[in-house]
Parts: sequence; C-alpha cells; structure tokens
Amino acid sequence: MKITKEEQEILQGKLGEGMQKALELQVALGEAFDAERFVDVSRTHVALSGQEGDTYWCELLVKGGAKCKVPCTTNPAWDTKTLTQYYGVTQDELELVKRTYDVYTKIGAVMSLSCTPELQQNVPAFGEVVAFSESSCTPYVNSVLGARSNRESSVSALAAAVTGKTPLYGLMFDENRRGTMVIEVEEAPKDAYDWGLLGYNAGRIIEKDVPVFVFKKIDGRPTPESLLYFGAELNTSGAVPMYHIVGVTPEAPDLESALRGNKPTRTAYISNEDIREEEKKISEEGGKINLVMLGCPHYTLDQVMELERLMDNRKSSVPFWVLVSEATLSLAKRNESFYRLAECGVNLVAETCIDEPCFKSFEGGLGLTDSPKCAYYRERRGQPFVLRRLSECVEGAIKGEVK
Amino acid sequence: MEQAYKCRKILKGKGEGEAIVSTDPICFYLCDPKTGKVIEKGHSITGKTVAGKVLVVKSGKGSSVVMVDGLYQLKMQDNLPAAIIVRDIEPVLVSCAAVVGVPVVDRLEINPYEAIKDGDKVIVDADNCTVTVKRVD
Repeated sequence: MKITKEEQEILQGKLGEGMQKALELQVALGEAFDAERFVDVSRTHVALSGQEGDTYWCELLVKGGAKCKVPCTTNPAWDTKTLTQYYGVTQDELELVKRTYDVYTKIGAVMSLSCTPELQQNVPAFGEVVAFSESSCTPYVNSVLGARSNRESSVSALAAAVTGKTPLYGLMFDENRRGTMVIEVEEAPKDAYDWGLLGYNAGRIIEKDVPVFVFKKIDGRPTPESLLYFGAELNTSGAVPMYHIVGVTPEAPDLESALRGNKPTRTAYISNEDIREEEKKISEEGGKINLVMLGCPHYTLDQVMELERLMDNRKSSVPFWVLVSEATLSLAKRNESFYRLAECGVNLVAETCIDEPCFKSFEGGLGLTDSPKCAYYRERRGQPFVLRRLSECVEGAIKGEVK
Repeated sequence: MEQAYKCRKILKGKGEGEAIVSTDPICFYLCDPKTGKVIEKGHSITGKTVAGKVLVVKSGKGSSVVMVDGLYQLKMQDNLPAAIIVRDIEPVLVSCAAVVGVPVVDRLEINPYEAIKDGDKVIVDADNCTVTVKRVD
C-alpha cells in the first residue's frame, strides 16, 4: 500500500498514539484488500453499541489522544433515564453506558444515537466517499443513495473518523460496484416485513457477489423503510454492503446498466415458497408472549403512524417497546402520536437498541417482532422471538399471544 | 501425515490447535463466550466450540459492531480461536480480529476445505505465511 509522507509520520506516532493505532488498523485492513492507497472520507458513522469490545477500542484511541477529524454520528446503547426505572439493570451495566457515552463524547463524536443516520442526520450524496458501519446503513448508503462505503466495522469506521481516511478498495471503484449476480424474484415484496424476509433469504446465497434483483413487476417505488429493512437483513444473514434493484436503485436503471455490460457470474431464483420456508425456519412457533419489540432498525414516523392506525385505540396486554431516533421521537410528541400510543400501552423510546441489557427481564420468555435482525441478535441474550408482520404484531400484543 | 501449505498473512501471529471447519460464514457474537460454542441456529458448526481451535471459515458476516464484542468476550474468557484461516476475507472480520488480536491468514495454496478436516492438528504461522496440517489416520 502506498503511504504518503504525512501518513508515514502518523504511523511513527508523531501525531499521537491514538491516531497511530487508528491508522495501523486501517493499513492492516487496506493491505488485506490490496488497497493501493488511502482516500479522504467526508462522512463517517460508527455503530457504537455500549458493549465492552467497542468501548475498549474507543478508550484505547482516546487514551492515545485521538480526536475525530471527521466527527462520526453514532448508534445508541440505551436510554438510561427512561429505561432504568422499568427493568432490573445492574450498576455495572449502567456504568458501561456512561463510560461509553463519555468516551465517545471525548473523541468528538456527534452523539446522534440512532442506527438510521442516513435518513435524517448524516445523509451522504451520490458519489460521496464515506465510511459507514452499521449493517443496515452500509447497504442503504451504497445502494439507495449511491454514496461509496466499504463494509466497515464499528472499529474501522471509528478509525476513519479519527484519521479522516479510508483504504481505497472494493466499492470505492466503479468496476466493483457493478452487479455480478442476478437474482430473479417471483413476486415483489409488499411491505417492509416482506422486503426484510427477502433480504434474509437472499443474504444466505449471495456470498461475495454484488446482487442485481430483478422483479417481473413492481408496483410503485419501495418505501425508504422497505429498502432499509431489506438491506438490514441482507447484511445479517450475509455480508452484503451493496445491491441493485432494476428500475429502483440509482445505479441500475436497467439490467444492462447494473451489470455494466458484463455477463453475470451466476443467477438465482427466489420463489414465494422459499421466502415462506425461510420465515418458518427463523421464527419461533407461536404461543404466549411477554414482549413486543419493534424498531430494529429504528422505526420512522411513517411506521409509527401506521402502528397507531393499526392499534386503533386498543390496549396492548404485554409490554410493547418501539425504538426510534431522537428526531422521530420529538416529531411523534409534536403530532401527539407518542401520547396516543402511550394510552394504548405502546412506548416509544429513543437512543436505544434492541440488543442491550435494559430488556433483560424479558429473557427466557417469548418475544414478538417484525425484524429478523432483532430475532437473530437477541438469540445471544436467550430470548427467542416469533416473527410476524406489523399488523399481526399488533393483534398479538392485544391478545398477549400469537398463533 | 504432515503437510505444509503456503498462505497469505492477514493479521500477524502464530497459533496452533485442533481444526474446526465451518462451511458457513461466521458472526462471533453468536458464540457463547463462556464455552466458545456456536449458538446460531442452522449453522454448519452449531454446538461446536471455537475455543483454542484453528477455525477454518468461509467468511465473516452480520453486524458491524457485535463482531468485535463477540471476539472481545471470547478473549476475556480465554476462549478465542488460536488462529483463523478464512476463504473469502471480509472487512468486519479482519478489523475486529485485528483489534482483539487473533492471527488470520487467507489464500491457502489449495482449497482449505480439501486440505483441512475437523480434528486435524493445525499450526498457523502468519508471519512466515505457512499453515501446517498434521493428520492422525
């Protein structure tokens, strides 16, 4: 990898040990992917988690005097002010959140605390070179917005925020963004839930290809939420930072353009039955539930309002949490959705992720969600989830069980 | 039978142990830190441990942040894999293994799934770009 004089000085520690460690990590990454050199980034997003592994890395950089050159937006840990009163968290768990937020504030992060910065806080333009971690975010900025990011981890994205650079390889180049695999789908998904299931299904078969999705017929443009949930699941069951949908995403006005005139290396077909089978495989069987959890990735105001319409003033019989961004929370208070939903026993909370200890009193019981990503990661915490679309989650909440 | 293969160093270091071969990509968060066992449903090595093993794996996958905590917690419990031989490198796996400190190699001169079977004794020397496989027949 070609290293400039300035980068050489960073690697010798002349700009501090934190900066040095960050660039060392990026050199290792760049060399692994045969990057020719570094390139400047204009935006960064770090999937902060409030987990020890991630906090350790940020503390290591801060101890070495590092400060963000390109301030990163961040994912959330959890809202200690709102949630501590409900469930039995320990002092250690509370302190880890405080430690995490303190050290990220010290490094100069934008404490946006939402996993959907690309919708409302940190929105890159077409062609912009960025370093975005968060598995739902990276495919969105590449595929839907046409910005350029490799599949960054939280640690490599934080390194990019500190150095202002990322190794030049992979999706930074036109030729690596072209579709290499064609996936025909029997029927276009109808809502964010079906898009998520298609993503989970496809993520298993894509491997390192850039997939081009072809639908015989697609009614109207998929909503941003649908595309967000699609990418989130592609990048949960697999490692898919970029996709094309013919007639929908900006680098795929037609199949030929998506493939840039090349032949695909392979093709696949996903039928309605494949999707329903996958759904059965990843969902628990129905039964009595102790929690409904929505907002993985964070729900938008449109999704909150759809939820409100479906609740139709009825009451949830189990705890019901909807995770949203700070911006969505404040809009939902302004239009009073927040208060009307609270009357139904549905709680909106910002600055919180599903995968946090604040929900541990539900572990051991059966949860209900519309997000395969939520179900997948909560497995580690010993809470199985039934997967259903939003309308069925609402009916399940009211009855306290799901078929 | 002992056989040495050339490989490429991704992350420095040396590690040896019994081989565990995963034909699926891995997300280390879906490992139980206390035992190193893979808890992901339907994974090719579900129920088997990566602790102290040389892990042969197709690639990395999944979340961009929990991977580092998955590896970090394995390290805290002394249950990290001794080394990783990866078929298709993936940036999240590489950067997280770099922060936690696991030797990683790729580009084995032959298909790693043909060269290495579960239970083989494997020595990964990333710094000298070699993988040695000992099989007790």
